[in-house]
Amino acid sequence: MTAALAVRGLVKRYPALTALQGVDLEVAAGEFFGLLGPNGAGKTTLISILAGLTRASEGRAAVMGFDVQSQYREARRRLGVVPQELVYDPFFTVRETLRIQSGYFGLKHNDDWLDEVMHHLDLLPQADKNMRALSGGMKRRVLVAQALVHKPPVIILDEPTAGVDVSLRQTLWKFIESLNRQGHTIVLTTHYLEEAEALCGRIAMLKNGRIVALDSTRNLLDRAHERCATLSLRGDVAGAGIAGLAPQGDGEWRFRFERYEELEALLARLHGAHVAVEDLQLARADLEDVFNRIIASA
Amino acid sequence: MSAAFNTLLYKELLRFWKVAFQTVLAPVITALLYLLIFSHVLSSHVQVYPGVSYTQFLVPGLVMMSVLQNAFANSSSSLIQSKITGNIVFVLLPPLSYAEFFLAYLAAAIVRGLVVGLGVLLVTLWFAPLRVEHPLWVAVFALLSAGVLGGLGIIAGIWAEKFDQLAAFQNFLIMPLTFLSGVFYSIHSLPDFWHRVSQWNPVFYMIDGFRYGFFGAADVAPEKSLLVAGACFMAISGLTLALLKRGYKLRH
Repeated sequence: MTAALAVRGLVKRYPALTALQGVDLEVAAGEFFGLLGPNGAGKTTLISILAGLTRASEGRAAVMGFDVQSQYREARRRLGVVPQELVYDPFFTVRETLRIQSGYFGLKHNDDWLDEVMHHLDLLPQADKNMRALSGGMKRRVLVAQALVHKPPVIILDEPTAGVDVSLRQTLWKFIESLNRQGHTIVLTTHYLEEAEALCGRIAMLKNGRIVALDSTRNLLDRAHERCATLSLRGDVAGAGIAGLAPQGDGEWRFRFERYEELEALLARLHGAHVAVEDLQLARADLEDVFNRIIASA
Repeated sequence: MSAAFNTLLYKELLRFWKVAFQTVLAPVITALLYLLIFSHVLSSHVQVYPGVSYTQFLVPGLVMMSVLQNAFANSSSSLIQSKITGNIVFVLLPPLSYAEFFLAYLAAAIVRGLVVGLGVLLVTLWFAPLRVEHPLWVAVFALLSAGVLGGLGIIAGIWAEKFDQLAAFQNFLIMPLTFLSGVFYSIHSLPDFWHRVSQWNPVFYMIDGFRYGFFGAADVAPEKSLLVAGACFMAISGLTLALLKRGYKLRH
């Protein structure tokens, strides 16, 4: 089966830096894929090369099997990109903007789909307003709608929820998840790692233009064997001199462990020191913990 | 032509039409002011061609100057605004070819130039009734010249990264070329040095050939003017297409 995105040995050099240092990546059709990394990792450069906005110095990139340079028309017809920057054309209304964007893809009579997209993004009440009159969140919705006018099989969202309210996030993810269920491949970059954890089946992490982790979200989370216990304690904890307990304030202490035997031993020592446990909460490491550890060690 | 080309052309036309007060009416008024001031001051002192008053002589020059300046302004301002605000991405992401991109911006620039030129002609007719000796020459020179400046506007819009760079292009190249091209005078009335300098100005041939279409008289043979204007159009178009194909300052 043709990969939705295929990237081989991608290098991008600028005069002052190398933004991508040989990236290899394949995203299967129908995946919900996360592309994570700190600022300057090369995520937007990679997306720009896939979208044809930037030319690679070396390597190849293809969308649904079509090379983004030599077969750019076929590749771009199959790709919808929501750019990171909040950009808009101040001359037009929302509906004009979407009709024009449809026309660029050769779609003349596309109003039914445009109305459906606007409906899903709660944009219909704004349809005849000038873009200048919209709030930031509404402009972000129009950007998403513009990327979807031609029903692309591959949709790239470059930090689509940056600086937007909860309402848009919920509306957007509901719609994007429904598109994914219909077979659209979704590639998401975000700094909200809880979104990536909840939505993405597989994740690549970039640092300094290299992929430093590429695995399913489940496997990445399983890499973190560490668990964390938060305890509310009563008694002379400091006097008990128990190693590994870190104070959190308000009588709460944190204890990190990998095996439950370590927790049992801690509870026994607390009992021996006449320190009472009033509350105990356990948590596994989340994607943010995993991300921080991988990026720090890469 | 493809639907993508038609859409980009429509978008560019709609863009300038939505601000027609600024893009059409204002340049028509400016040209009218030129006509009133220059014809009032000079009409009793200057006669360039037999049987043609100075005011009549002035009108084709002003029309062509408006065509040129507005064709340039349309493509250059649209591109620089799109680049600076970032919405150029909406044109770069779809499967438009560089040729479609070029033709759409060029055609929109020509239309804007011709609409303003027609507006200037209609308004000035009130002050100086004109006969048109060779309408085909008028049309050909109007189209070719708008095309040359429209193409130059695309180059300027792609090259400039800031508004002041575009203003420099406009003030130090386009304005001198149009003002020192015989809009307000015949180059035969110039001292020898400036007469020879003017003959190196391609805009002079555009205006002179355009004027020939009205009066059947010109400073140089209209065939020569057509050759210069045609060569300029081919050269500018070739350069613009080469820049767009490379993605110069658009696709990094």
